[in-house]
Amino acid sequence: MLLTAITLVLLAGGVFFFTVGTIGLLRLPDVYTRMHATAKCDTLGLGLILAGLAIYSGISLNSAKLLMIAAVVWLTNPTATHVIAKAVYDSEPRRQQKGVSGGHD
Amino acid sequence: MASYFVGAAVVLMVPLFACLYRAAIGPLAADRVISINVIGTKTVAIIALVSFGYGETYYLDVAVVYALISFIMTIGVAKYLEYHDIE
Repeated sequence: MLLTAITLVLLAGGVFFFTVGTIGLLRLPDVYTRMHATAKCDTLGLGLILAGLAIYSGISLNSAKLLMIAAVVWLTNPTATHVIAKAVYDSEPRRQQKGVSGGHD
Repeated sequence: MASYFVGAAVVLMVPLFACLYRAAIGPLAADRVISINVIGTKTVAIIALVSFGYGETYYLDVAVVYALISFIMTIGVAKYLEYHDIE
């Protein structure tokens, strides 16, 4: 009963953070702020949902798989967001006119 | 309990299609890439929820593979945006 309640609370939190990130993606004015909003989807939304499912399934192979999914997503999604931000920042027309490089290489 | 999992998956479909709207109208190509990235994350969550809702937990392997492929797609498109070439 307690595990069920914890699972439901975590699932509701995950859905809430997914919704918040999506509202940010739709409403914010800039591409960088939209990236900032979608980071909440990746870390908190998916993290809470997978944590809820892992608590529901207890200590088993399924919870190990869920933790593996969480580890993969938490490694790859910030990396992907960083690469997109770098690509956008370097390809802005204003920076290309001044001949300024990104300063990262 | 299974109905809660399927219900959460169905509720997650609403922000997924909202992300698809941003991917359709997004002014920059990077907006579309970010939207598709978030759609991939939501799809991983939906696959995990559906696998528990239907009691067939071998779908979790599909979720792992989907997360990895989504990352490869994002890196490829970002590389094309920056260098205008995928080599």
